[in-house]
Amino acid sequence: MNAHLIARNVFVAALVAFLLALPLYTGLSGNNFLLTLFTRIVILAMAATSLNLIMGFGGMVSFGHAAYLGIGGYVVGILAYEGVYSGFLQWPLAIVISALFALVIGVLSLRTRGVYFIMITLAFAQMIYYVGVSLNRYGADDGLTIQHRSQFAGLLDLSNRIVFYYLCLALLLGTIYLVWRLINSRFGMVIQGARSNDRRMRSIGFPTFRYRLACFVIAGAMCGLAGVLLANFNSFISPAMMHWTRSGDLIVMAVLGGMGSVFGPAIGAVALLVLEETLPLAIGRLGYPLVGDVALRAAEYWQIVLGPLLLAVVLFARGGIYGLLPRGRRD
Amino acid sequence: MLLFIEQCLNGLQVGLLLFLLAAGLTLVFGIMDLVNLAHGSLYMLGAYFAASFAALTDSFVLGALLGLGAMFLVGAGLEVTTLRRLYGRDHLDHVLGTFGLILFFNELVRMVWGPGSLSLPLPSWLNRSIEILPGVPYSAYRFSIIVVALVVALLLYLLVMRTRIGMLIRAGASNREMVGALGVNIQLLYTLVFGLGAVLAGLAGIMQAPILTAHIGMGENILILAFVVIIIGGIGSIRGALVASIFVGLADTVGRAYLPDLLRLFLSPAAASTAGPALSSMLIYVLMAIVLVLRPEGLFPAARR
Repeated sequence: MNAHLIARNVFVAALVAFLLALPLYTGLSGNNFLLTLFTRIVILAMAATSLNLIMGFGGMVSFGHAAYLGIGGYVVGILAYEGVYSGFLQWPLAIVISALFALVIGVLSLRTRGVYFIMITLAFAQMIYYVGVSLNRYGADDGLTIQHRSQFAGLLDLSNRIVFYYLCLALLLGTIYLVWRLINSRFGMVIQGARSNDRRMRSIGFPTFRYRLACFVIAGAMCGLAGVLLANFNSFISPAMMHWTRSGDLIVMAVLGGMGSVFGPAIGAVALLVLEETLPLAIGRLGYPLVGDVALRAAEYWQIVLGPLLLAVVLFARGGIYGLLPRGRRD
Repeated sequence: MLLFIEQCLNGLQVGLLLFLLAAGLTLVFGIMDLVNLAHGSLYMLGAYFAASFAALTDSFVLGALLGLGAMFLVGAGLEVTTLRRLYGRDHLDHVLGTFGLILFFNELVRMVWGPGSLSLPLPSWLNRSIEILPGVPYSAYRFSIIVVALVVALLLYLLVMRTRIGMLIRAGASNREMVGALGVNIQLLYTLVFGLGAVLAGLAGIMQAPILTAHIGMGENILILAFVVIIIGGIGSIRGALVASIFVGLADTVGRAYLPDLLRLFLSPAAASTAGPALSSMLIYVLMAIVLVLRPEGLFPAARR
């Protein structure tokens, strides 16, 4: 290993260490807001990581990935509403149902390519969104409050903030590890090969459709699990969980952080959501001494800064944040 | 029967409005190969500009015309300053970059015009109902939308198929390097096409504003519909966009009106009233999925490069 490569690893290690140590700080300072914010970040980072498996490594740009957040969440919410609180039942069922949805969507969508694929995944996500809107028994448009978080028979107490945070973090790190193992396996090589030249992969004898479909289903199941966490975190489900702008957010996180790396989407999720929280403050604080009240007004409209910032990332930092870090030499 | 005719006309009107958006989108997509999510923002800006100019000049028509002029400038300006740099990039870059533009424009509108919605009042000669067929009254304004959109569709067809500019546009869509090599100023052509797309989007927004008022985020939902249209129609095909947009407009409007009744025939009333609205909202996405499964490149795939 050379010194350049270590710069990236140090950054990632620092981020992981920060996430691991965060409850220590929030516990001492009593800053529950920070813990809540980072629980949300970790959950969405997991969803973005699962998206990156198909988008970054498989070349399948899904514009409907938030649908699985919704499916996972709705399985938990509906079961809880019907009186089933056991996590041992809720969680595996949510993962299986997300995988089944991904299987059906994948079989139909993977026939198309490029922009057509982006749009057909969007279409399926919209259909599922409207199913959520029409579930009158489960709150329809307004959503459904979940009375109790999933129960694990004394094994884990999810109502404890710190326990829940560490569970989410563990699952995020597990997901990233799984993606890393996957893409470095023979399976992952086929997936990446199919991204760069599908026809060539097929002519040397790989049934790429099956590989891509399997990859799509795995990503859907992972995102379903993130949905389970999100529903438990909010104690609330609503169709808004799977609105198409949420799918857009997931893409933004993955691209912002850097799609070429398994850690990229997590970095992007942290960056985007922290920026959302701090940008209004930063504009106000930094701008006030310079331009006075105008800065305070501008702080209210912070998205006017975020928008061009995203554009700048696209134009000038193509590998995302991860790509900006010094790159290791190829040996 | 009367209601059915009215619903069909409404569907046609919605479809033609969608066509105005989809035409610009498919032109930009087909020629510059640019996925422009910010097209919905142009639609929104058109509505806001027209409402402001109409209030200033005290005339609906003058306001609309000034709004269209402003939209051309905005579109061309956007192309020159920003979007030009995205040509030749990955589609994912387009999605992300123009997603950023949506945020930017929404906040810009909030800053300039405030968070509330802006109404564009109709003049009295449009704000009444006329008899389009003996015994069939219909809103004069909605009818005028149909007429204007059909005229614009015809003009667009003539522009693209019968003029020199249109010839260059078509040539640019099939082989841009060759057009450039033949000495055509391709950059200027792209700027013009983008300006044209912005004017069409703005026109759709202006015509929608009196019905639904101009409000922030109005562009996002209809943008998705416009994408559905160009995907069903086949990217880059204006003819496909016209057919698909009327198809989508009719299916959506007529479906919303009659699907719940239809379901009631073979479902319990409670189940029908639950499934009806959901199914009619889903209808166009189901259509799109079916089209894509059967014809992965849309109904009228543009000539392959």
